[in-house]
Amino acid sequence: MTDLNINVKHITRVEGHGNIVVNAKEGKVEQVEWQVPEAPRFFEAMVRGRSYEDIQTIVSRICGICSISHSLVATKAVENALGIEVSEQTDKIRLILHYAEQLQSHVLHVGYLAVPDFFGAPSVVPLVSKATDAVKTIIRAHRVANNWSDLVGGRTTHPITIIPGGFTVIPSEDQFRQLQGTLRETLKDLGTIAEVVLSVAENIPDFTRDTEYISLSDPARYSFYHGGIASTDTNEIVLVKDWHSVTNEFVVDQSTAKWAKWHRNSYAVGALARFNNNADQLTDASKGVAKMLGLEKGCCNPYFNNIAQIVECVYVVENAIKLIDEVLTAGLKNEVVKTSPKAGRGAAAVEAPRGILFHEYEFDSNGNCVAADLCIPTNQNHANIQDDFEKLVPEFMGEGEDALRQKLEMLVRSYDPCISCSAHMLNVKFV
Amino acid sequence: MKKPRVAIFDFACCEGCQLQIVNLEEEILDLIGAVDVVEWREAMSEQSHEYDVAIIEGSITREEDEKRLEVIRSRAKVLIAIGACATIGGINKLKNNFESMDEVRECVYGEAGKKPHLDTYPTKALDEVVKVDYRVHGCPMDRAEFAYIIKSVLLGKKPEIPDYPVCVECKAKGNPCLWEYGQVCLGPIIRAGCGARCPSSGHRCFGCRGYISNPNVDAAKDVMDKYGLTVEDLKTKMVLFGSKQEPTL
Repeated sequence: MTDLNINVKHITRVEGHGNIVVNAKEGKVEQVEWQVPEAPRFFEAMVRGRSYEDIQTIVSRICGICSISHSLVATKAVENALGIEVSEQTDKIRLILHYAEQLQSHVLHVGYLAVPDFFGAPSVVPLVSKATDAVKTIIRAHRVANNWSDLVGGRTTHPITIIPGGFTVIPSEDQFRQLQGTLRETLKDLGTIAEVVLSVAENIPDFTRDTEYISLSDPARYSFYHGGIASTDTNEIVLVKDWHSVTNEFVVDQSTAKWAKWHRNSYAVGALARFNNNADQLTDASKGVAKMLGLEKGCCNPYFNNIAQIVECVYVVENAIKLIDEVLTAGLKNEVVKTSPKAGRGAAAVEAPRGILFHEYEFDSNGNCVAADLCIPTNQNHANIQDDFEKLVPEFMGEGEDALRQKLEMLVRSYDPCISCSAHMLNVKFV
Repeated sequence: MKKPRVAIFDFACCEGCQLQIVNLEEEILDLIGAVDVVEWREAMSEQSHEYDVAIIEGSITREEDEKRLEVIRSRAKVLIAIGACATIGGINKLKNNFESMDEVRECVYGEAGKKPHLDTYPTKALDEVVKVDYRVHGCPMDRAEFAYIIKSVLLGKKPEIPDYPVCVECKAKGNPCLWEYGQVCLGPIIRAGCGARCPSSGHRCFGCRGYISNPNVDAAKDVMDKYGLTVEDLKTKMVLFGSKQEPTL
């Protein structure tokens, strides 16, 4: 009978660090644990006493990869708290910037992290000589996404231009037109990347577990930024201001990050969650990529999150091209932003690349923050990863320690837990 | 010549600076070719205890982190701090403004904040624990400056890091002064080298590169007077990246 002793220490980048511990004796599983020992950073304390104008600058630093999402959701929450309205132009340009981050993060994750697994390579580096064209295409798409963030956000990471009420500066019409041209080329590159993934798609593990998927949902479009909270378990849409009734966070001993659950023991967020709730609203081209790669609505194979990310890359690029047209047709306006402090409390949600993200703040009459409550997507996935582990280990333990460890690593990666430049971030040690 | 062995580590941070290394895109392949990367937890599975250069992102916030940093220092010939968390403590130092760390823990985790695995102490920059040889400033660090400093170190040259204020670069760019627009900009006292990136995008400098070594505090006070602001106004902005740090006004 099988004995297993897997101890993966410091998986890294689950906002830092994660461990996998699996023990089995004579075919009987004794321990399966997903642990999060990350050094906590206490952002909810760090924003206390700070001005409503500085909140997005501080909380952007929660995550280098999703800094645009954190800036945007914080700014929205501040605006909700202080009753600040933004123009339709601001709303659209923010969405354009938000799409840039989806592309940047998804290409990074799929290209530098997941694809090497599918090729059986230890990292993206050996693939440079093995699959030169594919790697070059991935780097090109990644650079486009970064330049796009630079142009609209003022910087690739930790955006500068987003402030309560609007933007400090916006791109010119010429710059927007140039970006549009670049994005049309990127659509072709994304087609190439999808074909590369298709060529190795047979290596996606065959594993499913019936799961509750949570994401934003909005009647107007496949949502990253607007609407209410949807679950694949119900038909109701929960208002963002009631987000605590969805996340129900709790502290566990095996983690410095809080965990979350709604209708079940756990739920999942991310690209697959968005796809499962909103796939009908995708564009024809993105639906075509989903079909080509065998992704269908209702998919409960967590490894297909990577596939949903490729589908979303196509969607955000297509929709950005369309939004730029809308903004330019309406005529670009240089808006002067004037805000003033006021007491109030406000919540907001956006979809970070790796799932739904909630921020809530309360301000005193001077506009200084007195309370903050943040819930990041990776936290919401922890309990689900644990539940996946518990089903996966007995199913695959017959394949032996190496194969099982590989599947567990790939599973964690598939959730894209804020792992930036990782190819093989999992340092596995057998004790 | 044997290639220098490089290891990359991180402590409490957002890992955005390591992302800037990836964001070098094709150029990273040239850099990787010039050195032997023996450990980069984020990018590869290999580990090594033998390296010449340690590149470190993040702040020190726990005893266990401090011990780990000391071990890294003892093994590395050259230690390079990347990003504000490592060079000055950065945004992580905001929590040092609280009376006690118990208060900080309770603020985030409530009663559960007392659990031992949520322990924390006041944030330290790397040079508050060990000797730091080179600093790549900024939040996030600028990837071009990183490449420049690494190349200098590999060639045995001392990299030139500006020790004049952001205003110098901002003026050279012809930007209008943000003080004229009512923004409390820290440009006059913060180290240049970023190309005045934030003021060029219409946002006040919030000081992520740290103070210049000899800031003209009196002139800063004159500027405050000119715009009808108080030192307190300035301090509320300095606290973002400069909590519990010199210069005091």
